[in-house]
Amino acid sequence: MEKDQLTEFFRNRFPDAVIEQGNQYLTIKTDAAAMHPIAAVLKSDKELQFDYLFNLTGIDWSDRFSVVYHLESTVFGHEVVLKADILNREKPSVATVSDLWRTAEFHEREVYDLLGIEFVDHPDLRRLFLEDGAGFPLRKDFKDEINLIER
Amino acid sequence: MKEVELNEIIASKEDGKYIINIGPQHPSTHGVLRFVVSLKGETLEYLIPHCGYIHRGIEKMCENLTYPQIIHLTDRMDYLSAHMNNEAVSLCVENALGIEVPERVKVIRTILSELQRIASHQLWWAAFGMDIGGLTCFFYGLRDREKVLDIFEESFGSRLLHSFICPGGLMQDIHPDFQKRVKEFIAYFRKKLPEYDQLLTGNVIFEQRTKGLGILTKAEAIDYGVTGPSGRASGFSCDIRKKHPYSAYDRVEFREILANEGDTYSRYKVRIEEMWESMNIIEQLIDQIPEGSFTAPMKAIIKVPEGEYTQRVETARGELAVYLVSTGDKNPYRMRFRTPNFSNLFVMNHLSAGAKIADLIAISGSLDLVIPDIDR
Repeated sequence: MEKDQLTEFFRNRFPDAVIEQGNQYLTIKTDAAAMHPIAAVLKSDKELQFDYLFNLTGIDWSDRFSVVYHLESTVFGHEVVLKADILNREKPSVATVSDLWRTAEFHEREVYDLLGIEFVDHPDLRRLFLEDGAGFPLRKDFKDEINLIER
Repeated sequence: MKEVELNEIIASKEDGKYIINIGPQHPSTHGVLRFVVSLKGETLEYLIPHCGYIHRGIEKMCENLTYPQIIHLTDRMDYLSAHMNNEAVSLCVENALGIEVPERVKVIRTILSELQRIASHQLWWAAFGMDIGGLTCFFYGLRDREKVLDIFEESFGSRLLHSFICPGGLMQDIHPDFQKRVKEFIAYFRKKLPEYDQLLTGNVIFEQRTKGLGILTKAEAIDYGVTGPSGRASGFSCDIRKKHPYSAYDRVEFREILANEGDTYSRYKVRIEEMWESMNIIEQLIDQIPEGSFTAPMKAIIKVPEGEYTQRVETARGELAVYLVSTGDKNPYRMRFRTPNFSNLFVMNHLSAGAKIADLIAISGSLDLVIPDIDR
């Protein structure tokens, strides 16, 4: 589908989400609780078929966390960015999408490792790179006492 | 397989089961990577990759560095695709600033990327042959790779970590002999590449060790996000050079190499074919380098306007996506590298479960993993 059609489609299908045209990709903004149902539609709808998740990452915006999903359809070639905002800073959590895209399982482990976002129902949520007790270095309030990495 | 379950298996000491560590220092892992494998007899039941031995926190370091400085870190992710990694960040910053680089830069970047791809596949071929037991391959592959590295050395003063492509263009102009030497190399390598086939491709032992082994279907490749030659061997059309052309890829004719079997042998064949295709691309461009400046006029301090920018580039191993979040400062707010090897690694368990322990080496060799690219 073209971008205009996609925008129209998303507006009808996800009335609660914010649909924006970013400088490159069409963006769907939602809150963490409503993310998984939207992702499931993006994956399985016959006219969308976003079957290739080419990037999954998290951002620390100081007042909230965002988890960003870059999706592409290998059938139709269209792309979309899905963003889930997590307002709870104390115990950030969002539903896993590893049941929809297998590659998410490992990207989510990385996000958990570096940002401390918990992915609910993830089959194997362990640290990937760092040791237990290493903190979450990609958070903006992270302080590395030993190496003095400070912004 | 969870760590807890693994400990239970170890504790129960079930008959005939072994848990074995392969790595972190093992010749076949090509870096510091550890596989925990569970064996029943000689058959592999499952495999858990453990990474992080070479985690440097490049994404975090980027948050405190300026854009020209970040270029030097990207070399050190996939050190065999240094030019493509540099190009990815450069293109991302240029797109954000709305800078159109000179035609000369675009053509040179494309030639360099393809030379780098050839060099990378040569090293892969050398190491893959050695992993499987053909030590001769190692000498043949490195002999030819040396010719490419010599060209790099003459033009940029470095053989591995070039940092030559930077935001705005190139660090300096190419050496006056560059075109001549590249042409010499292509003529040389066109004669030498058939030797690779004679040595390994048609070899009965090699074929028996690779055909039908570690099969990945197209749907699984997409699901796991396996890109590059490994994904294309499963029929997943994922070549960014074709899908979203950048630099000078829109003006050259080349085939996207696809295979349908998805086994170790087809991953091998795709890479061999890609070397031919890369030579075709270079030949189309090497006489067409336009005159002009090697860089667009850039400000001394690059400040990327507020927003989010994504750039996808095809490295020698697959898709590299750079996701840049800027708040208008001179350093990025968040820099994310979606690296090809990261996704390619985690398909290992799926590919090798049920295979023999000796086949594990062939499968991991055919994925062509570079460990610093996984850990970053």
